[in-house]
Amino acid sequence: MSELAIHTENLGRIYKIRGNKKEKKVRKELVALQDVNLDVRRGELFGLLGPNGAGKTTLIKILVTLLAPTTGLARVAGHDVTAEPHLVRPCINMVSGGESSGYGLLTVRENLWMFSQFYGLPSKEANQRIEALLKKVGLGDRIHTKSSDLSTGLRQKMNIVRGFMTDPEVLFLDEPTLGLDVGASRDVRGFIREWLDEDKSRTLLLTTHYMVEAEELCDRVAIINQGKVLACDTPANLKHRLQRDALFDIQTSPLNGLKAPEIEALAEVRKATVEDVEGGARLKLALVEEAALGPVINVLTQKNVRIVNLTKREPTLEDVFVDLVGKSMAEVEKNE
Amino acid sequence: MAVTQTATAPANTRWTEGWRSFRMAAWLGWQIESNWADPFLFFIYSVVKPLASASILVVMYSIITNANFENPLFPYIYLGNAFYIYVGAVMSGVSWAVIDDREHYKTLKYMYVAPIRIPAYLLGRGVARFLTGSLSVIITITAGVLFLKVPFNPLEANWPLFFLALFIGVVMLAMMGLLLGSITLLLVHHSWGIAEAVAGALYLFSGAIFPLEVLPNWIRPVGYIMPITYWLELLRRSLVGDIAQAFPTLAGFSNLQLLGILVGLSLAFGTLAVFVFRYCDYHARERGTIDMVSNY
Ligand SMILES: Nc1ncnc2c1ncn2[C@@H]1O[C@H](COP(=O)(O)OP(=O)(O)OP(=O)(O)O)[C@@H](O)[C@H]1O
Ligand SMILES: [Mg+2]
Repeated sequence: MSELAIHTENLGRIYKIRGNKKEKKVRKELVALQDVNLDVRRGELFGLLGPNGAGKTTLIKILVTLLAPTTGLARVAGHDVTAEPHLVRPCINMVSGGESSGYGLLTVRENLWMFSQFYGLPSKEANQRIEALLKKVGLGDRIHTKSSDLSTGLRQKMNIVRGFMTDPEVLFLDEPTLGLDVGASRDVRGFIREWLDEDKSRTLLLTTHYMVEAEELCDRVAIINQGKVLACDTPANLKHRLQRDALFDIQTSPLNGLKAPEIEALAEVRKATVEDVEGGARLKLALVEEAALGPVINVLTQKNVRIVNLTKREPTLEDVFVDLVGKSMAEVEKNE
Repeated sequence: MAVTQTATAPANTRWTEGWRSFRMAAWLGWQIESNWADPFLFFIYSVVKPLASASILVVMYSIITNANFENPLFPYIYLGNAFYIYVGAVMSGVSWAVIDDREHYKTLKYMYVAPIRIPAYLLGRGVARFLTGSLSVIITITAGVLFLKVPFNPLEANWPLFFLALFIGVVMLAMMGLLLGSITLLLVHHSWGIAEAVAGALYLFSGAIFPLEVLPNWIRPVGYIMPITYWLELLRRSLVGDIAQAFPTLAGFSNLQLLGILVGLSLAFGTLAVFVFRYCDYHARERGTIDMVSNY
């Protein structure tokens, strides 16, 4: 058994986008992934963190054999995804969040049982697993409900059970908590962690654009933006790079035209981002030294900006992202 | 042709995977097909619709021929039309599964990721439509025998030939369905049933309701390379022996010769279907169309 659950080398994907009828000849190319080199060890809970359009789904689709890479190679559970998809498939499973898939006319149990049969599980064992897993995610009393009668969130939970049910060597979850409410997301995260800790040979790769999810849940995180992996390490190590900075959150009244670059231009200010919030703005600062806070406050006062709240805080992955990309993830998504 | 150079799996896993894909797909297909929320709809679809289209044909025939139901052309038309029900049912049963799973249930990607054989899976999805199609065929023929004097005598029919031809033909239609389903894998912005369109077009070119001699010269070859043409002829002959003279070109062929042609052409189309599947499967992964939804 190979030590690495996932291995990619210079993996890249270009989408060819055909023009509409008039411009059929015009072909645009979109680089969705570029030179991705990742190694995920067995037993790891690995997270891909990035904004919309970063290429997370594209990477998962390549790893689960749904999409051919344009360049490079990828191995999952020791098998090449391009040349040996039929050897990869028995070792994996995949769940995408934020969609309601499944056969609405079948009950929850029938849906899951059918998929278990496609994986060749003995019927009795499959039924036991299905029942146990449904209970765990809080769907125990819905086992005989037609899946079309489930809410979107519950359907997603059923789908998550479909992924875990076959006990894959490597499980891929694309935004597993997308569209779930706070409580359900917490349940799912707890469930993911538990599943992984139960058996050290299991590997799980998930994508998310929730910082907290990556931070709390994952053993290692790759930060990805515009198709490139910018950093890959444990959340603690990623944050450690920023430890030397002093981080401040300032809540203010409206900024009266003051922009982030003007603040960044001040000496000793490494990074400043501005987010509009109700009734004012939130300023996030990364300062080389705490003393640099004085000049920032001066600028605010000159512009007649009132400070509502000021806190010093520990770095988060959000700060790591800002440090790497120069913008917050929310800003990147807004500019899409 | 750039077809994937995949290392082949051991034969026994291929067979077990293929068999369970087929079996479970047939189960799923039947759940979907028999899930008529309303038995009334099922009745309309499987009984009334085929009877209505047969009636239209009978009325037209009777006007054109001054109600000459003694002519062998009448059972020719009636049986050809009845068995043609299988063509649309089986072909679309198999190929529609691609659109159904991809766009409606959004499960095609999960099927793809599972250790199944997609061709076996698609063929399995056609089984249910074969069964409901059989019901329509039986009802249509029974109505013809009872009310329209279609000259069919169960004691004189060549049943071994009938079942043999039926079996070969259904496999052949399923392979045609696979061929069309494979193409559907690449068609993301057209979600109409390509199989219904093809079945509709071939209705006129496969000798279902009139011998190919009626058509202009240049279009006849379409009918002569279609295994469906020989299949329909064999089914008709096995049930009503002296019908053969209604199709002059084929009248010279013996049953065995027709059977040989049917098997040969079916093998050719079956092989073609397998290659088309491999080609489309490869390109679907290249282009990323397996999980594409075209919002229809
Ligand atoms: N089938 C496709 N054809 C053309 N372009 C595509 C296709 N799929 C994705 N893209 C583009 O590739 C880029 C990466 O998309 P991808 O879906 O991998 O991002 P993502 O990180 O999963 O984003 P999200 O958080 O929105 O799910 C995007 O710019 C997207 O528009
Ligand atoms: Mg995505």
